[in-house]
Amino acid sequence: MFREITLGQYYPTDSVIHKLDPRVKLAGTLIFIISLFAFGTIESYVVATIFLAAVIKTSQVPFKFMIKGLRGIIMLLMITVIFNLFLVQGTVVVKFWVFQITVEGIKTAVSMAIRLIYLIIGSSVMTLTTTPNDLTDGMEKALSPLKKVRIPVHEIAMMMSIALRFIPILMEETDKIMKAQQARGADFESGNLIQRAKNMVPLLVPLFISAFRRANDLAMAMEARGYHGGEGRTKMRPLVYKGRDRAAYLVLLGYFVIMFVVSRFDVIETLLFGAIGW
Amino acid sequence: MGIISAAKLAFDYLKLDENGNVESKTRAVDGVDLDVEAGDFIAILGHNGSGKSTLAKHINAILLPSEGTLYVDGKDTQDESKLWEIRQTAGMVFQNPDNQIIGTIVDEDVGFGPENMGVPQQEIWERVEKSLRSVGMWEYRSHSPNKLSGGQKQRVAIAGVVAMRPKCIVLDEPTAMLDPNGRKEVIRTVHELNRTEHVTVILITHYMEEVIDADKVFVMDDGKIVMQGTPHEVFGRVEELKSYRLDVPQATLVTHDLRKMGFDLRPDILSNDELVEALEEYRKMSE
Repeated sequence: MFREITLGQYYPTDSVIHKLDPRVKLAGTLIFIISLFAFGTIESYVVATIFLAAVIKTSQVPFKFMIKGLRGIIMLLMITVIFNLFLVQGTVVVKFWVFQITVEGIKTAVSMAIRLIYLIIGSSVMTLTTTPNDLTDGMEKALSPLKKVRIPVHEIAMMMSIALRFIPILMEETDKIMKAQQARGADFESGNLIQRAKNMVPLLVPLFISAFRRANDLAMAMEARGYHGGEGRTKMRPLVYKGRDRAAYLVLLGYFVIMFVVSRFDVIETLLFGAIGW
Repeated sequence: MGIISAAKLAFDYLKLDENGNVESKTRAVDGVDLDVEAGDFIAILGHNGSGKSTLAKHINAILLPSEGTLYVDGKDTQDESKLWEIRQTAGMVFQNPDNQIIGTIVDEDVGFGPENMGVPQQEIWERVEKSLRSVGMWEYRSHSPNKLSGGQKQRVAIAGVVAMRPKCIVLDEPTAMLDPNGRKEVIRTVHELNRTEHVTVILITHYMEEVIDADKVFVMDDGKIVMQGTPHEVFGRVEELKSYRLDVPQATLVTHDLRKMGFDLRPDILSNDELVEALEEYRKMSE
């Protein structure tokens, strides 16, 4: 149950996407998400789909890894769809008892679902093709102007990359503790939500203890290897923009322009719904 | 004076009450004198709680002595201005391989130490390649540490220390969490580093088999060094080792029992091969 979250799970291949500067990928993910929410026509979703598919194809990461992240948001997705479906006012299509489904409701529900799914897949593409350390390096570099206002950018980036590194380890540990407790008769699967949450407590206590112990060990190991903050530190992989990064920025710009232009013409929707007479 | 030299070194773990006052003291290391020559392979043996790990943490200046002094390559560990130099001179490998790997990719982790030292980028890569090759993990450079076996992780951790070009490596029970194969891998790697790079090695362990090839063995009990000498000298004293709750290599134990029964074998046999040889010789003699 805990292994399904893909966040922070790097999938190594030798693709162009992997080699891009993390700042490009961060900007790309941001632009992609913005474009999803800024433009809501069918054409723009088609363009976004083509773009996303092309990126996934070039990344050479198996598609099933991308969808893994979706399992985590299934509940959220269903709630969003159901609420939009039943609560949006407009032209009524079906009506029974107090519920009514409207054309507008269907449209919003579908577009919200697409947005959420693409958002997760889009960010999965980023985390699957970028090592967490690259990612935090990218953020560190992109946010480094904030150092002037005394925000400890390096320290935050370091904390994030360590947290990301320990996610799979702690998950494995959780799994182990769970199995150990199940072997002694603990029950994590039955009962209602509150009951299940209560049953989690004996799981959390040993997990916290071990996390603290690990943190202590890690701090000692880092000190032993001469870590003393960001000052005077060199980078093994300093971030320098290369030709392909500039090209990628151009592609992103192109994508955004196309999205913008396409969203101005609402052809498909007018054709589709206009023909039926809604 | 050797590369590491301790005089009357003592360390107390303090237990503090809520107001930060000292409630009780536990003496973990008690009056240890230690002198290690550069290039040696030293093993420190002791059962759990004998103070060997505490002693190890002093060499890297993670802990500072409560009493006595410790010099690493001529630098006093109490001198805070030399702290980073000392940590570069004496690298440290810990017990749990998961808790000391910082990078999410093998080569990132090996580069962590040199990055902290401010080594120029070009040189970091040279060091990473060289140290990964020296522990035989170069093929795994772009793997995630989570997918490696315990022995491989520990070798990566060793490479991470080697990349800092220390004169001395302290290994604090590096094999305690590994399976027998992983243990062999790690010990072989450490010996090779000692032989080819002439790095001083201080191996802390409670597995006897691992110290047979060491240049010098120290046995610790209750914070004190109670026995020292070459492995042959130390393992010859089976009864004494047993009194410190340490296991003796099987061949040595067999020899010991045979000697008790009146067989005239030399007392300092450590490995199976040596035992076989001695027995053959004994047979020829008696014929």
